[in-house]
Amino acid sequence: MLIRFYLNNQLKEINSDPDKRVVDLLRENLGLTGTKEGCGEGECGACSILVDGVSKLSCLMLAAQLDGHNIITIEGLADGEKLHPVQAAFVVGGAVQCGFCSPGMVIAALDLLQRNPHPQRSEIRQGLSGNLCRCTGYQKIVDAVEAAALEMGDKL
Amino acid sequence: MKKVLFPLNVEEMWSMWQDNPEAGLLAGGTDLLVKLRSQRIRLKTIICLEKVKELQQINTDGAQIFIGAMTNHQQLLENQVVKSRLGCLHQAAAVLGSPPIRHMGTIGGNICTASPAGDTLPPLYVLQANLELVSPTGSRIVPIEEFIYGPGKTALAPMEVLKQVIIDLPVPGIQTHYHKVGQRKALAISVCSLACYMQLAPDGSVGEARLAWGSVGPTVMRFPEVEALLYGRKISLDILRQCGELASQKVTPISDVRAGAEYRRRLTANLLIRLLPD
Ligand SMILES: Cc1cc2nc3c(=O)[nH]c(=O)nc-3n(C[C@H](O)[C@H](O)[C@H](O)COP(=O)(O)OP(=O)(O)OC[C@H]3O[C@@H](n4cnc5c(N)ncnc54)[C@H](O)[C@@H]3O)c2cc1C
Ligand code: FES
Ligand code: FES
Repeated sequence: MLIRFYLNNQLKEINSDPDKRVVDLLRENLGLTGTKEGCGEGECGACSILVDGVSKLSCLMLAAQLDGHNIITIEGLADGEKLHPVQAAFVVGGAVQCGFCSPGMVIAALDLLQRNPHPQRSEIRQGLSGNLCRCTGYQKIVDAVEAAALEMGDKL
Repeated sequence: MKKVLFPLNVEEMWSMWQDNPEAGLLAGGTDLLVKLRSQRIRLKTIICLEKVKELQQINTDGAQIFIGAMTNHQQLLENQVVKSRLGCLHQAAAVLGSPPIRHMGTIGGNICTASPAGDTLPPLYVLQANLELVSPTGSRIVPIEEFIYGPGKTALAPMEVLKQVIIDLPVPGIQTHYHKVGQRKALAISVCSLACYMQLAPDGSVGEARLAWGSVGPTVMRFPEVEALLYGRKISLDILRQCGELASQKVTPISDVRAGAEYRRRLTANLLIRLLPD
């Protein structure tokens, strides 16, 4: 099946089995390995992507469901060499240890900040509640999102 | 599975379904794709409901609200009428899954999955929601408690789709609540949950009361005898304990990986205590 969609602001037309999982399509066919697969069943958030600006789980989506939509993956956030402020805050704040959860965390943080540019800490925790991290204990991740929100103010 | 179809309206859906009678329906996919992946079900064709226009909108005429089956939990959470008039349903959407699960999962999928732990179900039971089911030959209205008759078992006929949920908006003076106990705050399937609907007189005495528990039996459970205990009484610790005593004898919980039956029985009673005014 021919699938047409915007991927990181570029029009893509690709042939794929319609029932291929989006996480596999991104990683295997398109070489975008920033999106991770942890659990494969919706529990960990490592596979999060933005679909029309909203966070969804690419392990629970079929390739055919991309058709006509606007998809942003972790690879689409930086402006050339310049990291997105949320990514930069993760680096500066030491919110990354092994890094496996980080792409999903950054996507979840963006989803939250678009809906709520000035979140309380409890709201940040809630916004990240679909994402598991096995390394950091979450504190530094919440700090990083808080710092990014301050940095960005209203310009998201 | 080789084909994924996207009908744009109900008419197209019937013709695609008639051409592929073995097809399965996909709403948000948060239950179905997990089951397909673990090969608990196999499908050659999937009919995706996300573009079927008749299933999308939330409308109200002031007396009733009509919630399209494809409404996702985030839309439910953000809807102002649901927030101000159907507090228990708003509260259920707020504790369901996680942000991405709320962006994907739908109310129709939650109902048709018919899990005893489905978070929107106890609220829909106390709100006495009606479901509109459509098929190529017409439509019928079924009350939610007749629609679900066992874990994963619904009254859906072979070529039938849940179109919308219809709820009478409670009049002023009615309070509704939803309380859920899970193993942790997010992404936790309920271990026991309680929805309540209470008509309160100005002096604080209870008129009609409806209580529905989730995760303590094969389906959501209501007990008229327990609800009757509240009639004409003021809410107090004492009366809530009596209700809890009776309810915990009536529930039929199981033990599973999340909790033991005895703990669930205790929660059945203890959740009632949360109805005490602060
Ligand atoms: C990580 C995770 C966490 C979760 N947490 C919770 C939770 O806290 N609380 C909770 O209640 N649930 C939870 N769920 C379960 C699930 O997200 C919900 O039940 C959700 O509402 C299902 O909706 P869906 O649109 O994704 O359904 P789908 O998976 O698309 O469909 C489910 C079933 O219903 C059928 N169906 C769907 N819509 C219709 C229709 N309109 N007419 C006829 N049949 C239809 C489908 O054919 C399928 O058999 C969780 C799931 C995951 C993966
Ligand atoms: S891999 Fe998708 S949620 Fe875990
Ligand atoms: S940094 Fe290792 S899982 Fe989060």
